Amino acid sequence: MKFAILVSEGPYTHQATDTAFLFAQAVLAKGHEIFRVFFYHDGVYNATRLTTPPRDDRNVVERWTKLAEAHCLDMVVCVAAAQRRGIVDEGEMKRNGKDATNLAEPFRISGLGQLIEAGIQADRLVVFGD
Amino acid sequence: MTTKQFMIVNRKAPYGTIYGWEALEVVLIAAAFEQDVSMAFLDDGVYQIKKGHQTKGIEIKAFEKTFRALEDYDVTKIYVDQESLTERGLTADDLTIPVEVLSRAEIGKRMEEQDIVLAF
Repeated sequence: MKFAILVSEGPYTHQATDTAFLFAQAVLAKGHEIFRVFFYHDGVYNATRLTTPPRDDRNVVERWTKLAEAHCLDMVVCVAAAQRRGIVDEGEMKRNGKDATNLAEPFRISGLGQLIEAGIQADRLVVFGD
Repeated sequence: MTTKQFMIVNRKAPYGTIYGWEALEVVLIAAAFEQDVSMAFLDDGVYQIKKGHQTKGIEIKAFEKTFRALEDYDVTKIYVDQESLTERGLTADDLTIPVEVLSRAEIGKRMEEQDIVLAF
């Protein structure tokens, strides 16, 4: 089955993002496909490479990036939500005259249309929020 | 393009959190993609479409007007939970847009018919 995943909450404050990650891992382990993981609302904080949790805690951002690299996952951060919350890639930095970037690879910033497209293309769009 | 049925479910008050506003952005984009979009308002979500938002005091942009633009995007399937209205002393007359007031069970049925339910 082809899944799409929406993550609507930020890391550490809410469990939604952990559950989304574990779900994604389980889906892939069962041989299913993930069309896209879309990050919205505070979910965009899952994509900052500057996250530094204590050593004995899980690193949510790193977990996503490793899973994405291993399975060529398409992980998309909503541009409007990212702009509000200061998640910046090279393009956004130039466009908005900022002096830094913090988007972890291989996340990419794009529009909400990517969420709608994921809904259209996938057999199931699974929402992880509060 | 394939058309699917998208229902955006709003359960939270309009201000205090950003869910209501960012959910509305999803509605507009889904409509721009020519999808079959409906909205359901439950719990404190019914306050999102109550008339007369006054947000000057909290210095946050009011988005009541955007609901009135939904018709221009052909988003006309707006369902409101009767029990949520009653619990809050509201009726359809208090709302800023025309809606279909349904029982909780009826809204449940509409949800079952959807391809995609996005709850905020």
